[in-house]
Amino acid sequence: MDIIRMTNVKKQYKTGVTAIHDLSINFEKGDFVFIIGATGCGKSTLIKMIYREEKPTSGKINVGGIDVAKLRNSKVYKIRRKIGVVFQDFKLLNKSTVYENVAFALDVLGLPRDEIHTKVLKALELVGLKHKASSYPTQLSGGEQQRVAIARSIVNGPKLLICDEPTGNLDEITSMEIMNVLEEINKMGTTILMVTHDTEIVNKMKKRVVLLDAGRILKDFEKGTYNHEVVKNIK
Amino acid sequence: MKLLRILSRNIRDSFKSVFRNFSLSLASISCITITLIVVSISIILSYNVNNFAELVEKDVTIVSFLNVDITEEGRQTVLAEINKLDNIESVTFESKTEIANEMMESSEVFANIMGSWTENESPIQDTFLVKVKDIELIGETANQLKKIENVQIVKYGEGMVEQLISIFDLIRKIGIVTVAALIIVTAFLITNTIKITIFSRKREIEIMRLVGASNLNIKIPFIFEGLFLGIIGSIIPVVATTYGYVALYENFKGQLFSPFIKLIEPQPFIYYISGALIVIGVLVGMYGSLKAVRKHLKI
Repeated sequence: MDIIRMTNVKKQYKTGVTAIHDLSINFEKGDFVFIIGATGCGKSTLIKMIYREEKPTSGKINVGGIDVAKLRNSKVYKIRRKIGVVFQDFKLLNKSTVYENVAFALDVLGLPRDEIHTKVLKALELVGLKHKASSYPTQLSGGEQQRVAIARSIVNGPKLLICDEPTGNLDEITSMEIMNVLEEINKMGTTILMVTHDTEIVNKMKKRVVLLDAGRILKDFEKGTYNHEVVKNIK
Repeated sequence: MKLLRILSRNIRDSFKSVFRNFSLSLASISCITITLIVVSISIILSYNVNNFAELVEKDVTIVSFLNVDITEEGRQTVLAEINKLDNIESVTFESKTEIANEMMESSEVFANIMGSWTENESPIQDTFLVKVKDIELIGETANQLKKIENVQIVKYGEGMVEQLISIFDLIRKIGIVTVAALIIVTAFLITNTIKITIFSRKREIEIMRLVGASNLNIKIPFIFEGLFLGIIGSIIPVVATTYGYVALYENFKGQLFSPFIKLIEPQPFIYYISGALIVIGVLVGMYGSLKAVRKHLKI
């Protein structure tokens, strides 16, 4: 079953630049998909439209039964509560503790304190940071900060996790640690869409890979069929 | 229950936020404090000027001189006629004997001359001293009094009273405009200061949106924060007004320069001013925060 269905999606910015051309693609529930491509190929625009940071100029985007293309700005929170998003720059509140950062996502839902406590500790345990709950983000390493961001994005139990270059700022070893955490989350049934530049990671993980070029899908590799050499030549 | 939980969390978080972003909060609080002190001074000034004007206006009296040969019965009829008029606040009768005695007491010259007069020789007339409710209608009331039988002359300081009224009216208008202008400037200053401080928290708002906070979810903590800033910012102006005005009042013994210019009594005046300052601080704080946060929301 598809969790995301994009049909004839086009995105043209006010500047006149067309980032996505008539793109149609589906993502299945439980998938782990890498979206790769050169800078400016439209990767970020594609995922921004899924979590409705950007609105498509035309076409349909159905995410978990919600037509996000038609979602009004004031209703965007409805889709955000169903999706977890992780960024390259972590986007943590530096003046709040690790616990508060993760609990923040549940606070807005108005859950009871006990339930928040249990869920936050569970999420922190999953990313291996339960012991750092009372630390502040600035006291953590980059990898740890990214794990806090991941904990925040999954604490609400979303069916879909979108990662925009989550390892972009991290070294190789830390990046693999993050990938292991993401794989763990994927095994628990969460669909993961990850935009990356890191071909090493893509090579190692052997997942479905969508290669974008100038706003169009150039190749859609089935699980494990990604060929680094082929991609290199295309680029 | 859920709503209550969200609300109480918002209040708690906004309170924390005031202290977590202390340097920024301090900028907003100082701005609120300074502008509210100026507002407080201008309100106190304008109210006192207004009070003085009212006191003077209340003192204005129409003197109605009665015919010399008026009988007791005639006087009663005049009194009844006066009381029938609309604009009458109070009527006091002063007999010619009382007036004569007062005059003789006030000056030896008068005493010498007037002492030799018999009752029939005395040119002094019985009078009714009339105070009006609405000073602006004093001319009209004086004309009505003139028409009453047995009322010979009516005097109220024509010309001067009208001038006084128009001057006081002008002073009042200037007072209202000044206070209103100051409040608007205060609102503008505070709004802008809060806007600048919230601009630095753009990231926070972005993250709130990201984790699924609705626009209302985002706005509420900032509105509460504005409320707290307003309350904290009005503490010093309220204390300064309360103690400052009482000290001023006691120092000048309730009057400025002469017994004629009376200051408003501190109680309950200072409570009203304090209340007004807190309300202005809170409303402007909340409005400033709301306006600032709306800028960063995609609505």
